[in-house]
Amino acid sequence: METVNVIINGRSYAVPKNATVLEAAKYAGVDIPTLCYLKDINEIGACRLCLVEVKGARGLVTSCVYPVNEGMEITTNSPRIMDARRENLELLLSGHDKKCLSCVRSTNCELQKLCRDYGVDADAVGGRRQRYPIEDSGYSIVRDNNKCVLCRRCVAACNNQGIGAISAVNRGFDTEISTEFGRPLSETTCINCGQCIEACPVGALYERDDTAKVFEALADPNKHVAICIAPSVRTAIGEAFGNAIGTDTEGKMVAAVKRLGFDGVYDMNFSADLTIMEEATELVERLQNGGKLPMITSCSPGWIKFCEHYFPDMTENLSSCKSPQQMFGALYKTYFAQKMGLKAEDVFMVSCIPCTAKKFEVKRDDENAAGVPDVDVAITTRELARMISIAGIDYNALSDEKFDDPIGKGSGAGIIFGATGGVMEAALRTAAEVVAGVPFEKLDVEPIRGVEGIKFAEYKLGDTSVKVAVASGTKNANKLLKRVQSGELDLQFIEIMACPGGCVNGGGQPIVPASVKNSVDIRSLRAAVLYNADAASDVRTSHENSAVKGVYDEFLGKPGSHKAHEILHTTYVKRGR
Amino acid sequence: MKTLEELASIRDEQRQKMAVRHGNPANDQYTRHVLICGGTGCTSSDSPRIRAILEDELKANGIADRVKVIQTGCFGLCALGPIMIVYPEGTFYSRVNKDEIHEIVTEHLVKGNIVKHLVYQETVHSDGTVAPLSGTNFYKKQLRVALRNCGLINPECIDEYIGTDGYLALEKVLKTMTSQEVIDTVLASGLRGRGGGGFPTGRKWQFAANSVSDKKYVVCNADEGDPGAFMDRSVLEGDPHAVLEAMAIAGYAIGADEGYIYVRAEYPIAVHRLEVALKQAREYGVLGKNIFGTGFNFDIQLRLGAGAFVCGEETALLTSIEGNRGEPRPRPPFPAVKGLFGQPTIINNVETYANICQIILKGADWFASMGTEKSKGTKVFALGGKITNTGLVEIPMGTTLREIIEEIGGGVPNGKKFKAAQTGGPSGGCIPASHLDTPIDYDNLIAIGSMMGSGGLIVMDEDNCMVDIAKFFLEFTVDESCGKCTPCRMGTVRLLELLNKITDGNGTLEDIDRLEHLCYYIKSASLCGLGQTAPNPVLSTLKYFRNEYVAHVVDKKCPAGVCKKLMTLNIDPDKCIGCKVCQRNCPVGAIQINPAAEVKPGKRLPYLVIDTQKCVKCGACISGCKPKAIYKA
Amino acid sequence: MKKNLTTVSFKGTAEQEKKLDELIALHKGEEGATMRVLQGAQEIYGYLPIEVQKRIAIGLDVPVAEVFGISTFYSQFALNPKGEVAVAICLGTACYVKGSGDIFNKVKEILGIEEGTTSPDGRYSLDATRCIGACGLAPVMTINDEVYGRLTVSEVKDVLAKYQG
Repeated sequence: METVNVIINGRSYAVPKNATVLEAAKYAGVDIPTLCYLKDINEIGACRLCLVEVKGARGLVTSCVYPVNEGMEITTNSPRIMDARRENLELLLSGHDKKCLSCVRSTNCELQKLCRDYGVDADAVGGRRQRYPIEDSGYSIVRDNNKCVLCRRCVAACNNQGIGAISAVNRGFDTEISTEFGRPLSETTCINCGQCIEACPVGALYERDDTAKVFEALADPNKHVAICIAPSVRTAIGEAFGNAIGTDTEGKMVAAVKRLGFDGVYDMNFSADLTIMEEATELVERLQNGGKLPMITSCSPGWIKFCEHYFPDMTENLSSCKSPQQMFGALYKTYFAQKMGLKAEDVFMVSCIPCTAKKFEVKRDDENAAGVPDVDVAITTRELARMISIAGIDYNALSDEKFDDPIGKGSGAGIIFGATGGVMEAALRTAAEVVAGVPFEKLDVEPIRGVEGIKFAEYKLGDTSVKVAVASGTKNANKLLKRVQSGELDLQFIEIMACPGGCVNGGGQPIVPASVKNSVDIRSLRAAVLYNADAASDVRTSHENSAVKGVYDEFLGKPGSHKAHEILHTTYVKRGR
Repeated sequence: MKTLEELASIRDEQRQKMAVRHGNPANDQYTRHVLICGGTGCTSSDSPRIRAILEDELKANGIADRVKVIQTGCFGLCALGPIMIVYPEGTFYSRVNKDEIHEIVTEHLVKGNIVKHLVYQETVHSDGTVAPLSGTNFYKKQLRVALRNCGLINPECIDEYIGTDGYLALEKVLKTMTSQEVIDTVLASGLRGRGGGGFPTGRKWQFAANSVSDKKYVVCNADEGDPGAFMDRSVLEGDPHAVLEAMAIAGYAIGADEGYIYVRAEYPIAVHRLEVALKQAREYGVLGKNIFGTGFNFDIQLRLGAGAFVCGEETALLTSIEGNRGEPRPRPPFPAVKGLFGQPTIINNVETYANICQIILKGADWFASMGTEKSKGTKVFALGGKITNTGLVEIPMGTTLREIIEEIGGGVPNGKKFKAAQTGGPSGGCIPASHLDTPIDYDNLIAIGSMMGSGGLIVMDEDNCMVDIAKFFLEFTVDESCGKCTPCRMGTVRLLELLNKITDGNGTLEDIDRLEHLCYYIKSASLCGLGQTAPNPVLSTLKYFRNEYVAHVVDKKCPAGVCKKLMTLNIDPDKCIGCKVCQRNCPVGAIQINPAAEVKPGKRLPYLVIDTQKCVKCGACISGCKPKAIYKA
Repeated sequence: MKKNLTTVSFKGTAEQEKKLDELIALHKGEEGATMRVLQGAQEIYGYLPIEVQKRIAIGLDVPVAEVFGISTFYSQFALNPKGEVAVAICLGTACYVKGSGDIFNKVKEILGIEEGTTSPDGRYSLDATRCIGACGLAPVMTINDEVYGRLTVSEVKDVLAKYQG
């Protein structure tokens, strides 16, 4: 790495030649405050908080975009700069509703932290401010522009998803973040992925809070309340309780959830394995019987809605399998309810997922195998953490506990569903061995691992050679599918996850401040939890999961059977734009 | 496509035809040329109709084959429009009325007798002779480089442009100079950007030339948006080819083959002339592929703005050409490295380009011989406000404000006292009388708290309130702020609120300090030039007219009597004749006959009084008062 | 600068749509096409109906919200058609104290439209203006080029009735 020498606050450092002043300061162990900067996604120099002094420069320098050069002398914390930052924050607050006490982001708000650090007087600057209605008409995402600081990170995140459901509109003091023509988000092509929420430094974007419904159900003696928890939740929920990014707190999470009073606490890995059985079967069937190819995975509800809006002609390519969340609920309210002697109506099924789009998914049509919704409420990782906090549970002090059996059991294949490439890898492991009847070459499928946006590989399933691709982030999905549509790519199987990096980076995960995200790849750290768990599993293929076998033997018959289709498969809508 | 030889012969022919306009005898049938201004100002005072009537009269008098009528760009004296000049005499008919044309044709154009009572009176000497336009005070001190063809040629005729050495500079550059020689010439001339900041043009070109890329762009900033500024419009309306030619030269210098002109949609005449000029230039092959057979390709596209002042900022302009919200982006990277569509780009404004061909033809030394040490050449100003001769002037750098205002501009009218000159529009500042002898150049203007800006120069007299002026510009900036960065989006609104508080009489001395502090913050922290300069009108008025601010907050008075909340209207009982006109004019019924007063000896009615509680200070009473009995206090 | 959406229902003709589609096809794939197409579309329709903005967005394959962001940024893009009967009421100080606010409310009530918008049938548009310099006639309402001064709330109805289509 080529370096240059710079002086930061009087001390000399060697920093990479192509670094910005902001990055150079990070090398020197100094965090320069920012509100608008998101590395590679939003580098627009709009918030003006990162201004620093550079000797010889004409005015203050925008450190997030300003490149270093040899001998540069940088001051990051002079009284002049601190005064400018304080002035900036006071101006921002003069247009803000300052309702920190009731804000969902309180204590995890980038603006609040800066104001506290700089000793800002919240009422220093008076004057007119804009007032906006809170937009909460959708199932997933709530927008509150009264808290917006116009950093545009949400807009950039949405554009980075290739959607652009929101944009800055109007001009000057009237500028606001809006959807097309100010319509409710639910009437746009928004796919509910929640990447905007993850990007928001303040409380202007958040998930629709469904915890009250869960608490209410838990308090209802006539309800059997079960929860199933997605693989990615355990990779990140610890962050909400002060654990480092990439800490696996599965045991404590289960222990905490059991203390909330659920009647059953299950691992969604189980239904992930079930998804693989169905999906692998569907793939082989399509391959053998000239079905619609390439087949595309259907686990990610954000991706499904994206496909329905932007590729309505390709909904036949989607696997008809419900997502693991819906399969769990569907099977729980049919087979398990029957076994436990419960009526489907009396079962209250909660899912906990790292995803805001799943809140929309539970409300979809054709997701009610037992005549009632497969899943009643989907809560995000953040909401579960909130419930644990409200319940006064001392998360970090808990001893590890295990998911409830028998359906708490999942394979290593199921657990890697949370990372981009994971569903594909799990499906290939099973498709080769069970369906095609030949052993899969290797269990660790390296070419399709990692956070790269689009990945390609080719595998042998017996005599058939299968060309596959994996895309994460809908912008990448868009690119990939355009190449498929044009005939440039000939593929048989595609895995798509709406969020960049997959579910570990879902829109329902604990929010990591930009200052951390700009220097650490949280996707890889969280995904490592999943791959480590997979590697440590006794059972690493879905078809070897004894619980799954049991369900087929006792209830569903064979993968792809008529009954399996009735309960575990669904249909799609051609929405268009 | 024209060959160089064909261009040369067009040039010779046109030179001879246009000799009349330089006071020389004609060498063709047209012994007289009548130039009628077709700029925006004269067009709105009906010059196209004047022209049509003139042509009819010429036919009716049988001299249409001897008198040539030419529609030109702006002469500069917009307040005197519609303007008509008759050559070879150079006789200047101002404010030409359609009823006067007959007389001008039959007397002057047929018989050769100048119609003295219709010419601009300053040109009529006491001995009865009539001087040409160039002899007026307005023109004497001017030096026309950028405006040299404005008001002289027909802007919709490429041949006339060629006749004034048009496309000769491009020929010289392509045939005899290397790219580096072109840049060196521009560097040596000392030309600085005429659009605002005054960055050396040659250095800008050098940066872009040094950037390695297959694709580069030359952009012309014609998004002139300062209230009261119209020099770029005049150049485009009067001499569009000068800009096209200069852009091609710039393209050659930096290695670009494509140019964009971003012009305000509010300038329909300029847009039309540019379209005509582009078409003609392509037909003649001075734009397009393989220009003059040298292998150099260059063409230009037009892009229209859609009403956003911020797009005059170079990075915002690029964003707008790219089709987006015209929001500025941070620099670095500078456009010369990463500009339009991510490619190296130079952006110069219209007036800057208008100097280029002359620099190439006459040499860097010629250009550098004009002006001051650090500001070479000339500058065009749009004179406006409380000044006798409003219009467009081009003066050598280093001319003092006093010369511009008192000599060229004819001073402040109505015997009022000069208070301040505002330069640089919403980015500039107010210059008080004590600095009137400052020679104008980039650095001097900045040193006294203003800036060159694009060249608006607005004169204010004793009736202007400086707090109110600051407020006027802030209202403009607030309306035009793009909203991207916090200091400008929030800060300018807070400044305006503070100013309103002060002019409403609710301000405190602390508010003045707060205002000043906020100004310095916005200047230092804003993303682009708009925000960085937005506080200048406030800061410069605070610097030179702080006493007026203090009067507003301490005495609760507006010394100029402008701020309505701090002013009362009163009737002088000694002057009031009791006619009740004011009472009828008052929209709010605030004026009554003073019931307590007795009818004074010599008057038939008692005087009237204004109820200051009811009065809304609209001034309707003042304008109708014949004895001028109503005064502000 | 904040722009209000129109309540005028979209009445584009097939001919206009054909022109728009041609315009979109002409500029599709060109860098910076959105602004040019919006400018062209405003020439075709006289303003930028949301239906047109959406068609442009889909036609050029850019987000609809982005197009809306652009159309609300530039002051020359009009989101409301000008009414056949353009009503403006001066809310300058002199007119305001003489009750132009009440007149404004009365007009709003009669026409059923908000400031800066046009009635759904495109007949009336309503604007509040700053002082138009006719303080002596306060309160003042203008309709197209006609000035109505010293107006009272009770007269508003009759004045507007003259303009019924």
